[in-house]
Amino acid sequence: MPINFDNAFGIHPQALALQARRSEVLAANLANADTPGYKARDMDFKTALSQVTPQSRSLKTTHSGHMSSNQALMGERLMYRTPLQPSLDGNTVEAQIEHTKFSENALRYQASLQFMTGKITGLRSAIRGD
Amino acid sequence: MPMFNLFDIAGSGMSAQTLRLNLVASNMANADSVSSSTGETYRSRQPVFAVQLQNAMQENGGSAGVQVLGVVESQSALRMEHAPSHPMANEEGYIFKPNVNVIEEMANMMSASRSYQNNVEVANTAKQLMMQTLRMGQ
Repeated sequence: MPINFDNAFGIHPQALALQARRSEVLAANLANADTPGYKARDMDFKTALSQVTPQSRSLKTTHSGHMSSNQALMGERLMYRTPLQPSLDGNTVEAQIEHTKFSENALRYQASLQFMTGKITGLRSAIRGD
Repeated sequence: MPMFNLFDIAGSGMSAQTLRLNLVASNMANADSVSSSTGETYRSRQPVFAVQLQNAMQENGGSAGVQVLGVVESQSALRMEHAPSHPMANEEGYIFKPNVNVIEEMANMMSASRSYQNNVEVANTAKQLMMQTLRMGQ
């Protein structure tokens, strides 16, 4: 029976890519914590992940002018955060919330990495047969 | 690799906050610089932050760093004091002191240093995550 790497890794590669993307969005929120008028953004991870899983990623680019469906969706997934205490200058970044979200996201990224490592170790021992 | 953007974003935040800290230092140092006319007097300087919109429009879906649009001088009234014996006093015996609010500047300094620390932590976390990604499967 041939080994299918896509099946073996499951959802984890997509999850890793999304978590990397989310960390970028959260970092942008933290960097703009003092920018007047900046609106904090985040993504709904569950819907975002369901959109990039292999079943739904069926759009093909057959022309150089076509936009890849992956990136087109990425922009739409970002949503604005509802602030608990809005500030007068229009900034909706709340540093403590962004900070916890960022740490949580980093932890989830590490978890996904750990799962990937486990899968790779399993595949390797299956290939070697020892 | 999308994670490299993290360093740009955190870096832009750090440089913006460094400039803010520099301006605080400049304001504090000149808080008592006396002069004899309104034109020569030091005025409190504040940075203007804005989102790097040119990056927000790109294909990476809009995570953008921060940029400094410029530095503005406060237009609030200078402190005018009557001190005829002061060597810098003008003909009417007045000296002019900067419109720096020292308490405000102290609060500004703390806010800037905290924001800077936040950005450093983001960069550190990004570095750790990338190192672990490089070691994946070993």
